[in-house]
Amino acid sequence: MATAAYPTRRGFFTRPRSTTGKWSWFFTVDHKKIGIMYCVTAFIFFIVGGLEALAIRSQLAQPNGEILNAEVYNQFFTMHGLTMIFLVVMPMGVGLMNYLVPLLIGARDVAFPRLNAFSYWVFLFGGIFLYSSFFLGGAPDGGWFGYAPLNETLPGHGMTFYALGLQILGVASLAGAVNFIITIINMRAPGMTLLRMPVFVWMTLVTAFLLLFAMPIIAVALFELMFDRAFQATFFDPTQGGDPLLWQHLFWLFGHPEVYIMILPAMGIVSDVLPTFSGKPIFGYNAIVFAGAAIGFMGWGVWAHHMFTTGLGPVANSAFALSTMFIAVPTGVKIFNWIGTMWGGSLRFTTPMLFSIGFIAMFIIGGLSGVTHSIAPHDAQQQDTYYVVAHFHYVLFGGAIFGLFSGFYYWWPKAFGKLLSEKLGKVHFWLMFLGFNLTFGPFHVLGLNGMPRRIYTYVEGMGWDFMNLLSTIGAFVIALSALVFIANVVITRRRGEEAGADPWDARTLEWSTTSPPPEYNFEEIPIVRHRDDFWHRKYIETPEGEPARVLAGGAVATHEHEAGHGIHMPSPSYFPIVAATGLPLLGYGVIYFNSTGKALLVLGALVTMMGLFGWVLEPGAEERV
Amino acid sequence: MSTHEVASAPVAEHHTSTGLDNTKLAMWAFLGSECLFFGSFITTYLLYRNRVLDGPTPHEIYDIPFTSVSSFILLMSSLTMVLALAAIQRGDHKTMRVWLACTALLGMAFIGGQVYEFTTFVEEGLKISTSVFGSSFFVLTGFHGAHVTVGIFMLLALVGMSMSGRLGDRHEGARKVELIGLYWHFVDIVWIVIFTVIYLIPTN
Repeated sequence: MATAAYPTRRGFFTRPRSTTGKWSWFFTVDHKKIGIMYCVTAFIFFIVGGLEALAIRSQLAQPNGEILNAEVYNQFFTMHGLTMIFLVVMPMGVGLMNYLVPLLIGARDVAFPRLNAFSYWVFLFGGIFLYSSFFLGGAPDGGWFGYAPLNETLPGHGMTFYALGLQILGVASLAGAVNFIITIINMRAPGMTLLRMPVFVWMTLVTAFLLLFAMPIIAVALFELMFDRAFQATFFDPTQGGDPLLWQHLFWLFGHPEVYIMILPAMGIVSDVLPTFSGKPIFGYNAIVFAGAAIGFMGWGVWAHHMFTTGLGPVANSAFALSTMFIAVPTGVKIFNWIGTMWGGSLRFTTPMLFSIGFIAMFIIGGLSGVTHSIAPHDAQQQDTYYVVAHFHYVLFGGAIFGLFSGFYYWWPKAFGKLLSEKLGKVHFWLMFLGFNLTFGPFHVLGLNGMPRRIYTYVEGMGWDFMNLLSTIGAFVIALSALVFIANVVITRRRGEEAGADPWDARTLEWSTTSPPPEYNFEEIPIVRHRDDFWHRKYIETPEGEPARVLAGGAVATHEHEAGHGIHMPSPSYFPIVAATGLPLLGYGVIYFNSTGKALLVLGALVTMMGLFGWVLEPGAEERV
Repeated sequence: MSTHEVASAPVAEHHTSTGLDNTKLAMWAFLGSECLFFGSFITTYLLYRNRVLDGPTPHEIYDIPFTSVSSFILLMSSLTMVLALAAIQRGDHKTMRVWLACTALLGMAFIGGQVYEFTTFVEEGLKISTSVFGSSFFVLTGFHGAHVTVGIFMLLALVGMSMSGRLGDRHEGARKVELIGLYWHFVDIVWIVIFTVIYLIPTN
């Protein structure tokens, strides 16, 4: 250990120094470790949310099902939705952003490493807080969009857990959004101009801006709900002059950008995977970037299409119908870009490629059923039927989850140094693809045949029996595919194929460093001269326009002994996890607002404040407050 | 790799792509988010301000001269904040501490006024549960008060750091003061909007 220029102790405040061993995960500020923790945590929640879905599908497999009663069913479908949105798709996307964005832009870490750790711990504690409701009198049971006034008339603490749990998760998202915006704007390697950034980085930037402006809106709605449920306010109580539609407006003004928050990272992944396995640069880079930004802007002008049946009137309905149809345009542009990227390429059908192509196909189906919702009279027929459930599963599972799995298979060798088995990967893909369509395809038919959402059972003779059974079988096929993925991970850990730095012959900077990358990512900060810079280091163009391999181009520096000398990385820190611990305490304090609860409130506030003071005062000048 | 190798000399100013300071940009981004936060509460208030049930109406209960005085106090705190920044930019820690303490005191005076106002309103029959007007008034202005309170804590932290020599040199100190200053001015500006929209625009 070299002599430290920075003190690790300053009075009471110390910084941990170890970066290995199990404790290092608690105090790490390394974006790669945090990214892995995000993905692992989100995958565990994926299993939990999947088990809830299996219970739901088992209940609905046959008419008059008796596996779940109505109360438990309501809790399960609500928690299934909340889990998959807030604890799976969002954090999986954030996990990949964490791992990849600094690598993709040639940086050593994010702009605020400790804030990054704070985001993760707040997310984890928020998820645990939400799930603790099952053991404290019942989980939220008013649906993921918790419509008023039901959200305040439901008895028990369930919907109060909803209000506070989502509030805590929102803090994590907001901190993450600020961090990624600044990282992308300010931490790029020399020469990495905005229009040389990989599409995934662009989509991260758009997502971060959507989070930045959407989270405060849901925060307000949730605070109002909290004051109604815990402190006798009457915001959404129609008997006191409250307006239930205000909830819907606030919720969907957040909720629709939220849809893009979930899908844009997946679109970014696909936009980086397809060029690699097509042997071509992305088709129409500028168009796909600007289409992503356009979705980000237009996403703010379509929220009332969730409210066509609330009686907003023909003018509002028409306006929002039109804006909703318009937003399909940039989405369509992206689909053409992806197809154009594959067109005429030398395609390699690896597992990540299959998931990306699956994403495009499923997202087109989900996108088209989405456009049918934009037609207000049509929507009035579909409102609250399984047709809607089919639509959002096609975009969120067929879209986001397929895209995320594509990313997992693609970047797994980078993160862990070993390639996931292609054979098992393809079994995983085809089982998931089959199971997915078997589960959610029939929902279209069920919905058009009038089956409402959120009923816990149905009688015989409605013509819904066969499709429901089919769907339940499909759900178990999806579960099987998830098991194949887990088996793949376990087998790869034991005896996976060594990946090397660049197993896919890829195009972007993260492949120019070792797998897994050293803590400081790059021996030397790369100087970027091209879009897909790493590709240009490996290949030159022959006069015939064919790529020719440059001898030793893109070779990875491996002088291990010298490695990392003189590179200063921020030390781990105790305080992000301490500051994050206070938030769930505050949450319980509001829920049990008696003397114990008030003590918890004081304790939570003190813990968070102590954490923040320690954060400011701990030694280490390399990362400034 | 058990520990980091550490550079032997302190790192120079972090280089950023735009040349702008990371923390300052982050504060601007956060304040952008805050606009939507207060915007949503103000929207709620505008929707609900005439829905008073049997409770007091806004123009019955507001004491505009009193709130004007406390608004003036809060606005003056922005002036002292600017003076504190000017002092540290000159490297004058002592004067800076005086102005920061003044800013915090003016903030506390404003919060004191708000506590008095809330107490009076409750005595006159407007509670959070009285009507949606009451709910939206108390929650909106309460959250603003909470923001001011957080700001006071940060100002006092700056004073404490300066006294114990942890604020850093002139350049680094000015950066920190400016950062908290951005937040403080934002909270003041939001109050101008709230005061205008809530207190000054008449209701029917």
